Amino acid sequence: MKLVTEPNFADPDETYARLLAAHSGLSEAESHAFNAALVLILMNHIGDDAAIAEALALAHRATKP
Amino acid sequence: MAYEHRRLPYRRAPGLDAPEPCHDVVIVGAGPVGLAMALDLANHGQGSVLLDDNDRVSIGSRAICWSKRSLEILARLGVGHRCVEKGVTWHVGRTFHRDREIFAFDLLPEDGHEMPAFVNLQQYHVEEYLTEAVLANPLIDFRPLNRVAAIRPALPELYVQTPEGSYTLQARYVLACDGARSAIRTIMRLEFAGELFEERFLIADIEMKADFPPERRFWFEPPFHPGQSALLHKQPDNIWRIDLQLGWDADPEAERAPERVIPRIERMVGHRDFRLDWVSVYSFQCRRLDRFVHGPVIFVGDSAHVVSPFGARGGNGGLQDVDALGWRLAALLAGRASERVLSAYDAERTFGADENIRNSTRTTRFMTPADGVERLYRDSTLALAAEAPFARALANSGRLSRPCTYPLDAPDDPALPATSRPGSVAPDAPLEGGWLMRQLGPDPVLLALGREAPRIDGVRILAPALNDHLRQRYLGNAPGALCLIRPDQVVGARWTTADAAAVSHEIDRMWGRA
Ligand SMILES: Cc1cc2nc3c(=O)[nH]c(=O)nc-3n(C[C@H](O)[C@H](O)[C@H](O)COP(=O)(O)OP(=O)(O)OC[C@H]3O[C@@H](n4cnc5c(N)ncnc54)[C@H](O)[C@@H]3O)c2cc1C
Repeated sequence: MKLVTEPNFADPDETYARLLAAHSGLSEAESHAFNAALVLILMNHIGDDAAIAEALALAHRATKP
Repeated sequence: MAYEHRRLPYRRAPGLDAPEPCHDVVIVGAGPVGLAMALDLANHGQGSVLLDDNDRVSIGSRAICWSKRSLEILARLGVGHRCVEKGVTWHVGRTFHRDREIFAFDLLPEDGHEMPAFVNLQQYHVEEYLTEAVLANPLIDFRPLNRVAAIRPALPELYVQTPEGSYTLQARYVLACDGARSAIRTIMRLEFAGELFEERFLIADIEMKADFPPERRFWFEPPFHPGQSALLHKQPDNIWRIDLQLGWDADPEAERAPERVIPRIERMVGHRDFRLDWVSVYSFQCRRLDRFVHGPVIFVGDSAHVVSPFGARGGNGGLQDVDALGWRLAALLAGRASERVLSAYDAERTFGADENIRNSTRTTRFMTPADGVERLYRDSTLALAAEAPFARALANSGRLSRPCTYPLDAPDDPALPATSRPGSVAPDAPLEGGWLMRQLGPDPVLLALGREAPRIDGVRILAPALNDHLRQRYLGNAPGALCLIRPDQVVGARWTTADAAAVSHEIDRMWGRA
């Protein structure tokens, strides 16, 4: 496993609230665009192909169990 | 100035008067690939008959970007320097989004190579130079206005039509170089699987005086052509290539009309002071044959694979097919190699075609994203590119042709640098009074650097004085190396030390005898 799935946030509730706040005032289309940009930014930050592949698989399982 | 097409010399084929003896090789199609194929075989001492249904070189320009590898191959065929001299050498590409430049790339990687990264030169010029070399070569029997109408692949036997009637030709090998709409492929009912992109593109060559720099300029959603993409590229003789994306629902007939084309181009270049040289509307495909070798019928170039043009991988990829086939087929016909060399051609070039198709498909996707999530990520990438360098790496306006590294199962030494690993084209380097690339081929070469080379029949030893370029590209930190370089200038195997038996074994494998 390359992907960190154990809690890795200092303050999970705060981080989650920040994510929601970042979307406030955006239309649904803008929210989608925002999410796409965020995914690209974070994927680049991670960089590691194996970790990204595991993240994609996990997201897939969460979406289409 | 407009290109003047000359008629190629037509002569009555001997087969019209009496049956011809079975030929070693008949090449069908004298596009860049068929012409280069005939010359490459001749370089290895192998004659051929070259048929074409036409008696003129390519009408309209089509290919304009010729890669460093193609120029090296063309140099071996005797026309590389003419191409460089006449062509526009460029190495900078700029990509714009809306009204701002998002990034630039420089393809000129390092010095110490004879050939530039790319030249732009109209396909008809390249074909003209190749045709002249073909006509001057006594080993090539070039027959313009000889159209192949049918083939019996098992023999193989060709039915050829000329202005004066039809005749039959037999050959040990037929090389189908008859282009994207290959009649031979159709007659043999071979599946040409892949993807068709519905998007239409206007491709135009215009003549104008302009002092834009010799750079590749590509726009996503420019103000002069909203919502679509555009490309501008310089060619010799004040000719400029323009590609404009039109959408999937454009009407190709209507879009070709000058009254539609001229205003579009005017918006792009800012004036009307230009002449239309050639206009066409295309949609693109990425497809290939499952296998390129079908018994004695071998597919080479566009007949075997087609790609969208944004990475310039069509003609350049086709010349690499020629490179991989010529030395092998010549050796097979001369009795030096076994039929296994044809499987090696098939394996290497289907691998190369896959790489070209993968690159071209990804570019086309990025340029023409499907509605929904594809478009979402595409637009997001472009929006990020202005600020975040990583997104510039994702913005895909074309990944320009580079030769692939074949996945060879061959001796290697991890101490030696990756650029010259087996399967790669041997990197060029300056030598005293010349260039390394010029010294490689048509025979196998054992490049001996800081090592004594064992003597082996049929292998030429090249032991140049070391310099920094050679060290960097072939030695790294190792004190010495032996590199076996195939006739197609691809590194076949390498060692930090090897004895005659080890090298001989690799030579035998190269000829399919071990
Ligand atoms: C708009 C556009 C831009 C492009 N840009 C580039 C680029 O920048 N760089 C690049 O590398 N590639 C580019 N390409 C691709 C390039 O043009 C082709 O890959 C290249 O022409 C393929 O060469 P070929 O010899 O295999 O086929 P072709 O050039 O199609 O030649 C086939 C030949 O066979 C002959 N023939 C066909 N049928 C028969 C028959 N039955 N009997 C006898 N003769 C026959 C034809 O007359 C023709 O002469 C571009 C293509 C297009 C359309």
